Amino acid sequence: MSGSDDDVIIRIEDVTKRWGKVVGVDRVSLEIRRGEFFALLGPSGCGKTTLLRMIAGFEMPTEGKIWIDGQDVSAVPPNKRPVNMVFQSYAVFPHLTVYDNVAYGLQFDNVAKADQYQRVMKALADVKLDHLAERKPDQMSGGQRQRVALARALVKRPKVLLLDEPLSALDAKLREAMRFELAELQDKVGITFVMVTHDQDEALAMASRCAVMERGRLMQTATPANLYEFPANRFVADFIGSVNMFEGQLIADEPDHAIVESPELGGKIYFDHGVSGASGEKLWVGVRPEKIELVKKLEGAPVPTPEDSPEGCNVVAGVIHQISYLGSESVYEVKLANDRIVRVSRPNLSRWDQEDFTWDDPVWLRWHGDSPVLLQV
Amino acid sequence: MARIKASPRAPLDYARALPLQLWLGVVLLFLYLPLLVLFVFSFNDSRRTTVWRGFTLEWYGKLFENEGIRDAMLNSLLIAVACTVLSVILGALMAFMFWRFKFPFKSGLEGGMSLPIVVPEICMGVALLIFFAKLNWPNDLPWPVNLTPIIIAHVTFAFPFVAIVVRARLESFNRELEAAALDLGASQWRAFRDVIVPHMGPGLIAGALLAFTLSLDDFVITFFVGGPGSVTFPVKIYSMVRFSVTPEVNAASTVLIVITVVATALALRMQSKFAKEGQGS
Ligand SMILES: Nc1ncnc2c1ncn2[C@@H]1O[C@H](COP(=O)(O)OP(=O)(O)OP(=O)(O)O)[C@@H](O)[C@H]1O
Ligand SMILES: [Mg+2]
Repeated sequence: MSGSDDDVIIRIEDVTKRWGKVVGVDRVSLEIRRGEFFALLGPSGCGKTTLLRMIAGFEMPTEGKIWIDGQDVSAVPPNKRPVNMVFQSYAVFPHLTVYDNVAYGLQFDNVAKADQYQRVMKALADVKLDHLAERKPDQMSGGQRQRVALARALVKRPKVLLLDEPLSALDAKLREAMRFELAELQDKVGITFVMVTHDQDEALAMASRCAVMERGRLMQTATPANLYEFPANRFVADFIGSVNMFEGQLIADEPDHAIVESPELGGKIYFDHGVSGASGEKLWVGVRPEKIELVKKLEGAPVPTPEDSPEGCNVVAGVIHQISYLGSESVYEVKLANDRIVRVSRPNLSRWDQEDFTWDDPVWLRWHGDSPVLLQV
Repeated sequence: MARIKASPRAPLDYARALPLQLWLGVVLLFLYLPLLVLFVFSFNDSRRTTVWRGFTLEWYGKLFENEGIRDAMLNSLLIAVACTVLSVILGALMAFMFWRFKFPFKSGLEGGMSLPIVVPEICMGVALLIFFAKLNWPNDLPWPVNLTPIIIAHVTFAFPFVAIVVRARLESFNRELEAAALDLGASQWRAFRDVIVPHMGPGLIAGALLAFTLSLDDFVITFFVGGPGSVTFPVKIYSMVRFSVTPEVNAASTVLIVITVVATALALRMQSKFAKEGQGS
């Protein structure tokens, strides 16, 4: 197979990295498209950095192949690969000025002296550091050093820019601001970005596509919205955002609807669409907290089954157990009859909304037939 | 103006506790009194080294007129410089090797690296004496080639000090810096030269200073390895003291101390310059 598909800039094929018995990356196959902002997301130790370092050439795959822009790079050392990296520690050379840091990589590219100055200053301007060219790194803040690292990599005009946890060392406010700046920068320079992060908000906010990894395995590759709304497995559903997971059994499996009976929930869950699953099989249903509606339980009132679901489905009774008021929304933990806790979040649309429910209120939880997701693994 | 009332002493403010101040005074006196006496009496206008008779530079003048002392001084400086250069190169490479590579018996070898430091100097001296004798090293070589055995001997015990200092310095090296250099297109060699060596800088300077002073004031090993044609400054002082402690000996010792102090001051200044640059890597 050749990696020459025009749309694909990096093709990773069945790549495994092992150190003795330790498996860092386990049979990962992945395609990264030209010009996209791709995020590798996963918990600590899942092998994100290892995968990135294999793309950069600092680690060799134990098995499998990597193509960059149609070229098999197995035998290409890091200094000859058309990719550049922004390291987690930024790795700005402490003994060189900002200008010399950025110019360092150009001396290996046969760039004429005059062009060199133009390119360095342009790269510094791109990251808004052109006024600090003569500074030494020890006179700069963490955010500024990161910009130096960015400029130093971008000035080489790589085909792909690799970023290892670029925002993790910044404080919360700066991190937020840099999210937008990085995305903007990527737009401006038009280079493919591959970013490693363990912060799902960061990945969802910045990336056009994300790969979720766990214990060296690739769990799912999708757009942020699809990861959130259509997780492929329990790990992704749980890792991205928060989710209420109920174990159950498929009791009705029709082309246009399905029903899962879940003892864990103490009720039935109705899907208004067909699912791929087999009757009697054990599986899981995930419902996101914000997709559950909280309804006051009044004496003598009928069960408020959602209008799109059959009688007794997608509705369950409980008591408010815990409330966290988060300003823009409130998160309620509701205890069901079987003591299972369900999380429900509710936007505070008016300034008095948080007063609608209080501790120990009896409530109904209900959700629409298109809200739950069926997870088989 | 009102006098600022002294605040009560904080428990960790040791500098203000009277017993500790006294103790500090005693320690300083113990450390520096002998040197001070040596220094003062090198300016004493009397042959006797016990009674102060007035200030003179006579002994320094005598010292520089004395051809034997001048030669010994030149020998010592030559040996020290050569020993420093060789020790720094060897020690740095050795430190780099132990830091960078994995190989069989590494920890054993790393322990062995400091052996020349702990072996009694007298044994080293004897061993080296036998070594050069067995080699049939010619001892009638012209100056300055006849200093080679001493240089080799000094390097043998000085370079492990350099290696240990540089090795410790390398521990704080951020390996991503080297990866960054490679990533930007540098070859392994360029990455070493452009990133690792600058980081080693303070270690190299400290190591060089150690090698220089160790070589400059070494007596025991030099005494065994050296010959009549290769007398060094400490050996020369020793031979002068054998007859009596004269003010010239005081003056000569003072000169040796001054050289060492100046070298240390220079090294410290260079080091603090490096250390400033090294921040924020
Ligand atoms: N050189 C190595 N030798 C042995 N095991 C290693 C080596 N490098 C990484 N590992 C292991 O491989 C796994 C993946 O490491 P990696 O650094 O890729 O994780 P990560 O996803 O980047 O985690 P983090 O978010 O903490 O940076 C870890 O379990 C780690 O212990
Ligand atoms: Mg990592």
